[in-house]
Amino acid sequence: MSDGSTRGSGTNHRRSTVNRLSAENVTLAYDQRVIAEQLSVEIPDNSFTVIVGPNACGKSTLLRALSRMLKPNEGRVLLDGQVIQSLPAKKVARTLGLLPQSSIAPDGITVGDLVGRGRYPHQGLLRQWSAEDERVVQESMARTGVAELAERYVDELSGGQRQRVWIAMALAQQTPLLLLDEPTTFLDIQHQIDVLDLCADLHEEHGRTLVAVLHDLNHAARYATHLIALRGGKVIAQGAPNDIVTAGLVEEVFGLRCQVIDDPETGTPLVVPAARTARTRHTAQKVAATGAS
Amino acid sequence: MKTNRAVRTPGGLSVRLDVRAFAVTVLLLAVALTASVVLIGTGDFPIPAADVIRTLLGEGDAGQEFIVNELRLPRVLVGLLVGASLGLGGALFQAISRNPLGSPDVLGLGQGATAGALTVIVLFSGSANEVALGALAGGLVTGFAIYVLAWKRGVHGYRLVLVGIGVSAIVTAVNGYLLTKSDIVDAARAVVWMTGSLDGRDWDQVWPLLALCAVLLPLVLANSRGLKMMEMGDDVSYALGVRVERVRLVLMLSAVLLTASATAAAGPVSFVALTAPQLARRLTRSPGPNLVASLCMGAALLVSADWVSQRAFGADQLPVGVVTGVLGGVYLLWLLVTERRAGRI
Repeated sequence: MSDGSTRGSGTNHRRSTVNRLSAENVTLAYDQRVIAEQLSVEIPDNSFTVIVGPNACGKSTLLRALSRMLKPNEGRVLLDGQVIQSLPAKKVARTLGLLPQSSIAPDGITVGDLVGRGRYPHQGLLRQWSAEDERVVQESMARTGVAELAERYVDELSGGQRQRVWIAMALAQQTPLLLLDEPTTFLDIQHQIDVLDLCADLHEEHGRTLVAVLHDLNHAARYATHLIALRGGKVIAQGAPNDIVTAGLVEEVFGLRCQVIDDPETGTPLVVPAARTARTRHTAQKVAATGAS
Repeated sequence: MKTNRAVRTPGGLSVRLDVRAFAVTVLLLAVALTASVVLIGTGDFPIPAADVIRTLLGEGDAGQEFIVNELRLPRVLVGLLVGASLGLGGALFQAISRNPLGSPDVLGLGQGATAGALTVIVLFSGSANEVALGALAGGLVTGFAIYVLAWKRGVHGYRLVLVGIGVSAIVTAVNGYLLTKSDIVDAARAVVWMTGSLDGRDWDQVWPLLALCAVLLPLVLANSRGLKMMEMGDDVSYALGVRVERVRLVLMLSAVLLTASATAAAGPVSFVALTAPQLARRLTRSPGPNLVASLCMGAALLVSADWVSQRAFGADQLPVGVVTGVLGGVYLLWLLVTERRAGRI
């Protein structure tokens, strides 16, 4: 905290090095089941941060805590220097958007109407549908390539189109921070890349900060500017993919033997799992070693 | 087929109007009012609609004035208010549980109010007003029990419906027990009450209902935008800045109060709360809870059913609850069949 003193006696000055969104020593649990203890994470401003880790490592839970869906049992989540739960709900919703893993499209709703619901935090009892709302909705639909679907019903769209519509809704919220929980799940490879390209565009465009949970390590390494690797509720490594993704890290986080080579397309790390024979030999050695000791 | 019109004033006020939903609501209101006028004119002493309207405006002759204002108007007003409360309460419950079966009939609120009324009739031989109070208390207690039992980090749709069905079964058993304990006079009175009827309702029933609606309707409408967001799931609504738990608590309490007071005034008139929101939704073809349209639909349904019961079954009237029960039962079957075809059940 040495730099705090150099700032003088300013009472509510935030240090410019502090990022807008962070979790400090949070303990996250569902009822009695503890998912993570004393976890601290900083989301670098203007980054495309991707959280990776094996199933049940707490990545979605962390995202829920960052988006104030889950209140930490201990510790705190800070947004712009304030405990996120203490801020007015609509104010948070104008700063931080979330695309949850599962969302329900109401029966018989059109694409335009659904995207329009993203304007809720900007509206009030008397100001229910301003010209600005209309403009932002059009822009969000154009941005995600669903403008021509505006009059269609959401139920009749394909999975890839539907995901774009939900992203458009989150965009209409106009938040500088956008959190996405596994946005590519249930999509085929072409639409996965499509959605990730869109995310990369959104990130580059306005310096928007994006945080996504992704399953696919190679997608994460290709698109992220900042990677957070979780295992058992602990951060094992974080940093730029080129700096941190190594065979050793993948084995430590996922328990998978692999090679890491340069992606021939982008030069980012590419994880190639070791052949089955190599892995079984390895396991056999491990078993023999533990048996001998 | 763009049906949404934005209405804006220079002062910065703006609303979005769904033209079709608005037209449907106005139409339903007109139907409810027309049915009311016709209903007022119906009875042992028929009065033409024109005379009814003239009398309502204060220009009728003394005889008609007595029949209209003292005998028939309060009964029709109770019908309108009960129908409106049930329609609105049903729409709220169905929206909160995200399930068309999550309506007060199925959740056991009607049975709960019945248990309260039966307790007063059988154990205390109470007056009509005491019976109404008993029904109100029974409904509130049941609503509270359902909420507490279904509570687990927020009340969720299926959980609410399942708990409600369980509570409903228990309360029905209690009602059966109370009926077997009662003597024949009380039992007859209880059965009439349980069918739901508007017979003999007067101004004493109108005022409390009207006051309650006047308080609850603005409260409900102020929270309705949040409720609309909650259709998309709790996570999305939180993300959009809806205070989900607060909205749900306020609206559930309002819905319980509306349903319980309607039941206290007219008995458990069955199926209006279940069918009105579904019919309204099919007419407006608009997503969202369709609260106002459901309210008008409930009022129109109940008054029309009352007219049918008086007209078709003669002056010695069949209680309105029988008609709504028959209509509602047919509707429920149709709903189940179409939902099954659509692969949703």
